[in-house]
Amino acid sequence: MLVEIENLRVQFPTATGMSEAVRNVSLTLGQEKLGIVGESGSGKSLTARSIMRLLPSNARITADRLQFDGIDLLTADEPALRRIRGRRAGLIMQDPKYSLNPVMTAGAQIAEAWRVHRGGSRKVAAQAAIDLLAQVQIRDPARVAGSYPHELSGGMGQRVMIAMMLAPDPELLIADEPTSALDASVQAEILRLIEDLVSRRGMGLLLISHDLPLVSHFCDRVAVMYAGRIVEELPAGELTRATHPYTRGLLECLPTLSHPQRRLKVMQRDPSWLI
Amino acid sequence: MTGHRLRQALASLASVPVTLFGLVLVTFLIGRAMPIDPVIAIAGDHAPPDVIARVRLEMGLDQPLPVQFWIYLRNLLHGDLGHSVMTSRAVTEDIARFFPATLELATTAMIVAVLLGVPLGVVAAWRQGSRFDHVVRVFSLAGQSVPVFVLGLVCLLVFYAKLGIAPGTGQLDVAYEGLVPHITGMLVLDAALDGDWDEFWDAAAHLVQPAAVLAYFSMAYITRMTRAFMIEALSGEYIVTARAKGLSASRILWRHAFGNITVRLVTVLALAYAGLLEGAVITETVFSWPGIGLYLTGSLLNADMNAVLGATLVIGLVYLVLNLLSDLAYSLLDPRVR
Amino acid sequence: MSAFTTVLSRDWLLSETPASRAQAAWVRRYRGWLQFRANGLAMVGLATVAVMIVASLAAPLLAWQNPSAQDLAGRLAWPSAAHWFGTDELGRDIFSRILYGGRITLGMVVAVVALVAPIGLAVGSVAGYLGGIVDRVLMRVTDVFLAFPRLVLALAFVAALKPGITSAIIAIALTAWPPYARLARAETMTVRNTDFIAAVRLAGASAPRIILRHIVPLCLSSVIVRVTLDMSGIILTAAALGFLGMGAQPPMPEWGTMIAASRAYILEQWWVPTIPGVAIFAVSLAFNLLGDGMRDVLDPRQR
Ligand SMILES: Nc1ncnc2c1ncn2[C@@H]1O[C@H](COP(=O)(O)OP(=O)(O)OP(=O)(O)O)[C@@H](O)[C@H]1O
Ligand SMILES: [Mg+2]
Repeated sequence: MLVEIENLRVQFPTATGMSEAVRNVSLTLGQEKLGIVGESGSGKSLTARSIMRLLPSNARITADRLQFDGIDLLTADEPALRRIRGRRAGLIMQDPKYSLNPVMTAGAQIAEAWRVHRGGSRKVAAQAAIDLLAQVQIRDPARVAGSYPHELSGGMGQRVMIAMMLAPDPELLIADEPTSALDASVQAEILRLIEDLVSRRGMGLLLISHDLPLVSHFCDRVAVMYAGRIVEELPAGELTRATHPYTRGLLECLPTLSHPQRRLKVMQRDPSWLI
Repeated sequence: MTGHRLRQALASLASVPVTLFGLVLVTFLIGRAMPIDPVIAIAGDHAPPDVIARVRLEMGLDQPLPVQFWIYLRNLLHGDLGHSVMTSRAVTEDIARFFPATLELATTAMIVAVLLGVPLGVVAAWRQGSRFDHVVRVFSLAGQSVPVFVLGLVCLLVFYAKLGIAPGTGQLDVAYEGLVPHITGMLVLDAALDGDWDEFWDAAAHLVQPAAVLAYFSMAYITRMTRAFMIEALSGEYIVTARAKGLSASRILWRHAFGNITVRLVTVLALAYAGLLEGAVITETVFSWPGIGLYLTGSLLNADMNAVLGATLVIGLVYLVLNLLSDLAYSLLDPRVR
Repeated sequence: MSAFTTVLSRDWLLSETPASRAQAAWVRRYRGWLQFRANGLAMVGLATVAVMIVASLAAPLLAWQNPSAQDLAGRLAWPSAAHWFGTDELGRDIFSRILYGGRITLGMVVAVVALVAPIGLAVGSVAGYLGGIVDRVLMRVTDVFLAFPRLVLALAFVAALKPGITSAIIAIALTAWPPYARLARAETMTVRNTDFIAAVRLAGASAPRIILRHIVPLCLSSVIVRVTLDMSGIILTAAALGFLGMGAQPPMPEWGTMIAASRAYILEQWWVPTIPGVAIFAVSLAFNLLGDGMRDVLDPRQR
């Protein structure tokens, strides 16, 4: 197993005590594509970032087990974590406008990721950056390599981000809503690109999204989160057989062309889901 | 894209003439509002009435105010700021003589302030909330709160009078007075150029105290701003990306976070340097440092109007240029400003 | 009675789900106060400022010596039971002079703020609300005043007006208003095009009325924060003017003036000029700590 999580909890101190953002989450992930869906604030990002120990500094994290390829992440020191971050697990975030360094060129950022894990001269790394940009299907990689993030479109920026995370050839890719900030027309392209690269390189993928049908289409398995816990986990193909009322609610809220409804259903929440 | 940059730079340049004009107008009006009669200042207290009348006519003081302003402006463009009663030299000549000392003092202070203030601010932001951060915070707030003249006097008391490890006031020991040739006007530099190392060390030793006092004054500001900028930069998403890439802490701190604030920091440094002019006025008074600040306060006490206005105008000009550089740095250096 | 205790309870003040807008506002304020209170340095600043205000208001009660009574035989005395801080070059009691000096400093600060805040607010909100040529002219004027270092411009003004406390106040005010104008303008610009201002305008309100009744109140809170942060600057400028002989004139017990008068004794009777220096430093630091704490609470970006 690449990732093993057992009873993960993430808490934040507040004026009135600790607030629990992730409660008792258990997950395993191998060389497969796992999707996490859930509404905003349900703890998806925190769960994913726990795998790389990239939580905000005021977060308190506890778990019975939190392992990456057998390495205990809770006791690992900074150098050990750095050998996992980037090298073995990559993270793609929502909006390239903010997640790329605004004052470094795209090429420099990719080359940096290459050099820090693979070494080599500046020249080699710069060439590698251009090759990687070509791999993420950018037509004019040399020009893009010399551009600053604000000169790139959203889709282009996200490709740069993907190229950067693929540079050291990781085994796991975490994509945290990689298409939410993009135009609808670009979203499918980016997802196809990710899927293509992941299957070609034999990586594990953790895909986070709001979009239940989309995730079930791209992933092998889907975990549904609500208020900090996983309320249901099932193979993507069996989504229609979901039993948890929250998952059902999510599915029923979607408009479809085959069964038109006059009014879309509104999610009815039940306090008992929290227990 | 460079065209746009250029236009933005030009836009900040375009406002300069207007501000400059305002600067001169304000100085002129202050001069006219002064309770000192400029004629008596020139002709002397006991001049006969016909001389006073002639001087008044020569100075155009019988003309309406706008015409007087025009004359003032015209003289100014010819580099004529009038004569100083105190030194009985042309004010421009005086300023040329006094300004290098201020430049020497302020520049030394600036270098010290940057070399100490920037790293302190960066580390304080990196360790936000730690004991180190608190110490730096109090240290820099204290620097913003201590009156420069009090700090200067206390320094003289402790290091000169009690410990005897620092020289007293002035730019040079009396023994060397007049021995250093006038090349740049900055004594330390001139002594070095002259190759006289005794003079050089004496001049340098005299520079230490006023420069340190002045440096503390602006270091407080630089540290604060650096810390605030760094905290903001470190909270950016791209820092998470940098960490996710597996970069080392120092690389994240200096290449990614600090790399993002350098341009803004340059603008702050220009402003801090301009702020030093203000501190210099008081520091020079305390340490009898023969710079433009001492010249200004000296002429204030002697009611030497032309000198006061000339010094004010020149300081305003330097201030304006530094502010302008700070604006230009922004539009010319930052890759995001297009 | 029960309603009253509900209002004062901690739970009510920390509620995650306030029942009214008033409660929401109080929750926000209480949270801010809790955060402020947790900042030890800011509390020290607050306490010092409070002590300074009380001590200078009560100076006639606290200072049992006449601050201007001279005693040339007992001049430059080391602190003692009779003279807590010693005596100055004319044998006057330094402790009393420090207390009365606090009144002068406080008075100058209040006067400056009373002049600066309205001028800045007026210029800024008018420029921001009317825009166009008015805005451009007013902002150019603001730029001109910003183009001088504060102390230097103040010195020139005082020289034109004739040294003294009133001139110092006017000069500091003249150099201190531009940042307020900029601030008020920025705030005005953000609300100028909001719906509620449009609604007021449609109801037929005139521009002066809109500015006075609707825009100025909105700018007020940020102006107040700015004033707290500006206090130490005003105190230091006032003291510097006094020190350079351009502010309060002797025999007034203004702190800067006291230092100027006794600076010749720094090497021998060092406490005489040092004590007023410490007073300036303490008060100015207190205001800085207070303002710093307030900024942390009110502006989490810490600018
Ligand atoms: N730094 C923080 N301090 C306090 N609470 C936090 C912090 N970061 C996250 N939280 C809380 O943790 C909860 C879960 O956050 P998380 O980012 O994992 O949500 P998410 O499921 O990714 O939502 P979204 O779909 O909006 O990205 C949120 O309710 C948030 O309030
Ligand atoms: Mg998220």
